[in-house]
Amino acid sequence: MWDYSEKVKEHFFDPRNAGAVEDANGIGDVGSLSCGDALRLTLKVDPETDTILEAGFQTFGCGSAIASSSALTEMIKGMHVDEALKVSNQDIADYLDGLPPEKMHCSVMGREALQAAVANYRGEVWKDDHEEGALVCKCFAVDEVMIEETVRANNLRTVEEVSNYTKAGGGCSSCHEGIEEILTRILAEKGETFDPNAVAGEKKKGSSGLTNLQRIKRIEELLADIRPNLQRDHGDVELIEVDGRNIYVKMTGACAGCQMAATTLGGIQQHLAEGLGEFIQVLPHEELARRAAMGA
Amino acid sequence: MDEKGIYLDNNATTMVDPTVVEAMMPYFTEQFGNPSSMHQFGDKVGRALKKARQQVQALLGAEHDSEIIFTSCGTESDSTAILSALKAQPDRKEIITTVVEHPAVLSLCEYLEKDGYTVHYLKVDAKGRLDMREYQRLLSDNVAIVSVMWANNETGTLFPVQEMASLARSAGVMFHTDAVQAVGKLPINLKDSDIDMLSLSGHKLHAPKGVGVLYLRRGVRFRPLLRGGHQERGRRAGTENAASIVALGKACEMAMASMTIEKTNVKAMRDRLEKGILEKVSHCFVTGDPGNRLPNTCNIAFEYIEGEAILLLLNKMGIAASSGSACTSGSLEPSHVMRAMDIPFTAAHGSVRFSFSRFNTMEEVERVIEAVPPIVEKLRKLSPYWANGKPVEDPEKAFAPAYA
Repeated sequence: MWDYSEKVKEHFFDPRNAGAVEDANGIGDVGSLSCGDALRLTLKVDPETDTILEAGFQTFGCGSAIASSSALTEMIKGMHVDEALKVSNQDIADYLDGLPPEKMHCSVMGREALQAAVANYRGEVWKDDHEEGALVCKCFAVDEVMIEETVRANNLRTVEEVSNYTKAGGGCSSCHEGIEEILTRILAEKGETFDPNAVAGEKKKGSSGLTNLQRIKRIEELLADIRPNLQRDHGDVELIEVDGRNIYVKMTGACAGCQMAATTLGGIQQHLAEGLGEFIQVLPHEELARRAAMGA
Repeated sequence: MDEKGIYLDNNATTMVDPTVVEAMMPYFTEQFGNPSSMHQFGDKVGRALKKARQQVQALLGAEHDSEIIFTSCGTESDSTAILSALKAQPDRKEIITTVVEHPAVLSLCEYLEKDGYTVHYLKVDAKGRLDMREYQRLLSDNVAIVSVMWANNETGTLFPVQEMASLARSAGVMFHTDAVQAVGKLPINLKDSDIDMLSLSGHKLHAPKGVGVLYLRRGVRFRPLLRGGHQERGRRAGTENAASIVALGKACEMAMASMTIEKTNVKAMRDRLEKGILEKVSHCFVTGDPGNRLPNTCNIAFEYIEGEAILLLLNKMGIAASSGSACTSGSLEPSHVMRAMDIPFTAAHGSVRFSFSRFNTMEEVERVIEAVPPIVEKLRKLSPYWANGKPVEDPEKAFAPAYA
């Protein structure tokens, strides 16, 4: 039995805005029948003000798909379309007091239906660039396609690297066999073999040859690359101090105190090391205070 | 019965029969001895296990009680059988099974493929039936074992395992059947069959969870999965789960005594439910092979709606069933059994299994028949494939979502 929140149950048993809106001027059809989810979102938008007057949904799907659809329509009614487009799948899940990891794709479907409906209203054609695979990491809801793409794009070769880049495998570790299988398969495509004893990010180069100021600017740029990923999870990172190879950062928002903080730092370290082309260590800012207190 | 709900998910697991609970209780308390011990404490438990072995033997119609090996579950029995056949015949690198097996067999086979074994998956037709000619073509000296389920857990469809076992025997190939859904629901007489190995699971026939059996025909070459002590004649080491084994013995005795009830009362309830629902709900159909299936199982596909949503609404009314929809398992695809039968996605996701036991009543059946139509109607009202009390015209075209 799924561990659905009371809010999810409420929106499933008593869905809001069910059915098609009459005289709709924005229609979004998205979904995947093979996944058992499909959603039609109908909007009535005021052409003068671009405000969503009414929203209705028709859903072929499970309890959380229906609840996500219901929640979405409640959230966007009365919004300007530009504002509505900012509603993320995480916002939909938050509105429902969370969804089980296996069910996050239901909220993704809601957001995509919204994008499609707004595109339809504007006379544009919405094209989906998102593909879903089987769920591998249940702790952080990471699917196979996401892992495969990340492994290919970044030439990853260890489970640890996959955890650093995607979070997959960073929790209970039960999915490590599955991640190893993906690595084995992708490395085989390149004629390489997966080595379970390989060390993450082996290819370290020498010093970067930048001035102190250039180096700090470069670090800030590299952190900016990562920031959207953290912000998606309602977190952020701030650069506190650079002391030789030790780079001190402060994790803020949801990242502060997150059980994944160590893994996130690992991911940041990996990214900075590659971007700078030198070996560095990323440390939490508390460490700076501790080292100072020890009179180091 | 109201507060307890209506339990129609007996293919998932069954209630432990109160008589069975009573039989096992002493083995948690005063009968605590280790059956291997020399003293009286062990001896009494040893005798109880012997009796249980004979009770299982009787239900299976096995020739010898030593052909019964107690295990921890059906999955262990399946793994033991298949891995034993491979280990005992290292020159044979092929396995024959079917596309609709339980994951206990399928996942193991997929894993063995990575180790270099070739697995032949027999396909099924729209009613879930095998092509026996394809099977005969695949039998060869390269095949270590055939593993085919007796009855399908989702649809109840029966495979002709006796005939398949005979064909395997003629070809000199070992035959194993996963019979966890069939044992206790159908008469079985292994001594008159060519089946070499059979798996059963206690909790499917009113014994507790955590106990199973591998039937191993005398003389069939065998290599244990667990080595260690001499328990189960060295074929399954590990101190016996005495209380559960005693319970399983008792459950087998009771299943034997109520075998006719399965054919009469249980089947009558199943047939009444099926007829009642099909009469009241449009656009739904029975999956599998209705003329050749377990007497307790009914699988109905409700078109244009999704199974998990149906289950949640049934559960709200205290009715327990299960579904082959993707969402109930957390996978993205609907049940492999439904897909193998080529059931359209719009129906496969809406398949619901009702499975009975002798503890259900006709009064419960009538209540379920009343409960189902409004649930289906409610969900169809939400469905983009449905409008004005019927499917939209040309549903595939009228609603063709992006990235389908």
